[in-house]
Amino acid sequence: MQFTLNINGKSQTVDVEPETPLLWVLRDTIGLTGTKYGCGIARCGACTIHVDGQATKACQLPASAAVGKQITTIEGLSNNSSHPVQQAWVEIGVPQCGYCQSGQIMSAAALLARRKNPTDPEIEAAMADNLCRCGTYQRIMQAVRRASQIVQA
Amino acid sequence: MTKQILSRRSFIQASVAVGGGLMLGFHVPDALAASIGPRTQSTTTASGIEVNAWIVIDRDGTVTLRIPHTEMGQGGLTSVAMLIAEELNVDWSKIKTEFADANRHLRNNLEYKVMSTHGSQLVRLQHPHLMGAGASARERLKQAAAEAWGVDRAQVEAKLGVLTAGNRTGAYGEFAEAAAKVKLDKEPEIQKDPSKWWLLGKPRQRLDIPHKVNGSAQYAIDTRVPGMVYAAVKASPVPWGALKSFNFEAIKGRPGVIAAVPLKAVSGKRGQPDLQDSVAVVADSWYRAKTALELLPIEWEFGESAKANSADYFAEGHRLMEQKGLVSGKEDLKAAEIIAASKKVVTASYERPFETHARMEPINATVHVQADRVDVWAPTQDQSAAILLVAEQLGVDPKTVYAHTMFLGGGFGGNGAGGTGVTRQAAEISRQVGKPVKVIWSREEDLAQDKQRPLAVAKLSAAIGDDGLPTALFTRAAWFSLDGMNQIGGATADYGIYNIPYKIPHRHHERHNAKTHIPSSTHRAPGANQLGFMAEVFVDEMAIAGGWDPLEWRLKMTEGMEDWQLVLRTLKEKSGFRTDLPKGEGMGVAAVESHGTIAAACATVTVSRRGRLNIEKVLVVLDAGRVINPHTAAEQCEGSVCWELSHAWTGGLELENGRFVNTNFDTYNLLRIDQRPHVETILASSGGTKWGGLGEPAGPPAPPAVANAIYYATGKRIRATPFRSQDLTWV
Repeated sequence: MQFTLNINGKSQTVDVEPETPLLWVLRDTIGLTGTKYGCGIARCGACTIHVDGQATKACQLPASAAVGKQITTIEGLSNNSSHPVQQAWVEIGVPQCGYCQSGQIMSAAALLARRKNPTDPEIEAAMADNLCRCGTYQRIMQAVRRASQIVQA
Repeated sequence: MTKQILSRRSFIQASVAVGGGLMLGFHVPDALAASIGPRTQSTTTASGIEVNAWIVIDRDGTVTLRIPHTEMGQGGLTSVAMLIAEELNVDWSKIKTEFADANRHLRNNLEYKVMSTHGSQLVRLQHPHLMGAGASARERLKQAAAEAWGVDRAQVEAKLGVLTAGNRTGAYGEFAEAAAKVKLDKEPEIQKDPSKWWLLGKPRQRLDIPHKVNGSAQYAIDTRVPGMVYAAVKASPVPWGALKSFNFEAIKGRPGVIAAVPLKAVSGKRGQPDLQDSVAVVADSWYRAKTALELLPIEWEFGESAKANSADYFAEGHRLMEQKGLVSGKEDLKAAEIIAASKKVVTASYERPFETHARMEPINATVHVQADRVDVWAPTQDQSAAILLVAEQLGVDPKTVYAHTMFLGGGFGGNGAGGTGVTRQAAEISRQVGKPVKVIWSREEDLAQDKQRPLAVAKLSAAIGDDGLPTALFTRAAWFSLDGMNQIGGATADYGIYNIPYKIPHRHHERHNAKTHIPSSTHRAPGANQLGFMAEVFVDEMAIAGGWDPLEWRLKMTEGMEDWQLVLRTLKEKSGFRTDLPKGEGMGVAAVESHGTIAAACATVTVSRRGRLNIEKVLVVLDAGRVINPHTAAEQCEGSVCWELSHAWTGGLELENGRFVNTNFDTYNLLRIDQRPHVETILASSGGTKWGGLGEPAGPPAPPAVANAIYYATGKRIRATPFRSQDLTWV
């Protein structure tokens, strides 16, 4: 089935089964590989993107359900990694293997968009769906706090 | 992109390196294409003068360092570049890096010495030739300048990319061509004294970070090759079951489905088979391949393995504890005699389950078999091994196989030996369908078929003397692996118990290699990760039975060992360890040496009356002798602690009827952000001749430190993991 998606501000027409998870349309059909496959059951958060500004796991969202919505992936979060969350991630040096970090950054960015100055428990709640096998959690907490400062400055 | 004319090979690399940019016409910003990350992933594309295999210098002075190792999160890319740059003496802010060519390494008689990335050994073991490459190039540049200027080499100074002698000065780039031809009488010594380093030893931002915050870092799973097809595979749900039949007709008409390919088991070189019987469904997208595979009727013959259960393994392990095993090192039967005759004896048995690597990047490989060459993109910790593996599978000359180094979405010891089974699968499928193919194991397949950390059981007995200190220690451990711990290695399998530093007059250790059908592999800090827990909980049991404070016991039992004393004294001073906290709160200590590094931890926990555990803090003191990049040292410490607690607290694989009950992240629970302890890293470097590793050693002491803290909080002695399955309630 052919339908049109709005991805990172651009219209993209794809021809896939409507139930195909958006994750695979992004990665294999369109070639935006920054969004990662980790579990396929929405338990690791590696595929987190924004759908109309909400942090959403792309592995469980049928692509056809995203028609008419604004889809943002890590590639479209900013130009030149200038989003406050990306700045903070570089400053604190969060990533190790980096595989989960697109999802982590998208979750953090969605949190700060609705809550500029979150408490630690609010950060934990917003980030608890995002697994990091390298164990960068401590730096993720630091970086979200730092990004919050940048957002408010 | 680059303006150079691309050969066919570099075209493929380039199109992959920019995430399909050439193929699909996405715009890649010039700044990104020209910067460090993506470039690192297309092997040896730097133009300029190659002073030696590691170093390329452009006439404009741009220095590109070729990194023969894998960046899997451990910061190895940066550390290796720092080691070379320290001796070469170039401006750190201007260097570029790219991964070295594994084919060239094999073709030219192991030109890069070692390409494998394992055992926390990049700095520990590879520093002589990496620093040597920088030093050698520097001296050649000086010699070239000396000859041009008519002065002696000793009069030329090389600093930050500039050569100077008196009033003569020139950039490295001007002398690179001449330097490449210089023959030195003698290769220079490297600088091992940390006080004389200008670059090493100071915290540096990792070179790969900018590419890991915007989605541009390319992992093997992101590989895109023109004409590529996708495969989803399924091996027997009970590992090593035989494939009896499958019915392709049932899925043949599904959209995009191209073929179903049966794969037959192949024995590996190291006594452990790499490729199991499996079926691959090939389609024009991975999602179509995966959904078709789920609908494919397959019949397996499981055999006896379908009766295997974790509970039976533990029972068998405990039986083995009463039988003689393989003696590790020196036999000391006096240990058993002393214990038999002793008035005071401490004996305890411990259990640890299977654990899995669960790298966030699921197991995958892309292979393109062509008439005259084979290209491989695999998340491997050893590109040269991947080449040999694919060459063996296809029966082709390794010189025609090219393995491209990609970022790894986690390694943790599970991606050694070329990526093994999946790489063979991709090679075989590509040969059969005649197209480049990307194989991805679903998370469920990854969890079921990964090579796992072996299940282990141990029993430790000690005789306690009148002073409360042990006079003899007799230990046995059993490991359940497919290959008799062959791949992990017997000596490594003894790590954690056999290599404890404590001065006990008589010690004797035996190992049992018990059988299972579950394939095994190294798993971050192998040996020490399972047995270190058992030994260090037992140390607390011995200490308390003898009336000693556990930390004072460890200090006493390592008297005269300067590095151990430094670490344990630092731990005492920084942690404020105490055993008199109110019930429900506890501190615990543990210390394990692995990969040449001593790691001591102090954990602070609270446990509610209902048994709810909260690990508040883990302070770790590390002695690696010297530290190349304190920033990555701290990162690796934080990560290693979370890694081990993911197993000891929340993890644990359970085998039932020959297969794991845990199938995905809903049933294999990794530590999440709200469970993280605060990790404090303290570097207590003893210097001397020690070059320890840092990618693994901080993990093993964390679980026993937590278990020992739980004892003080609850009065309950924890001798098995995961802690989530233990009754931690107290009144």
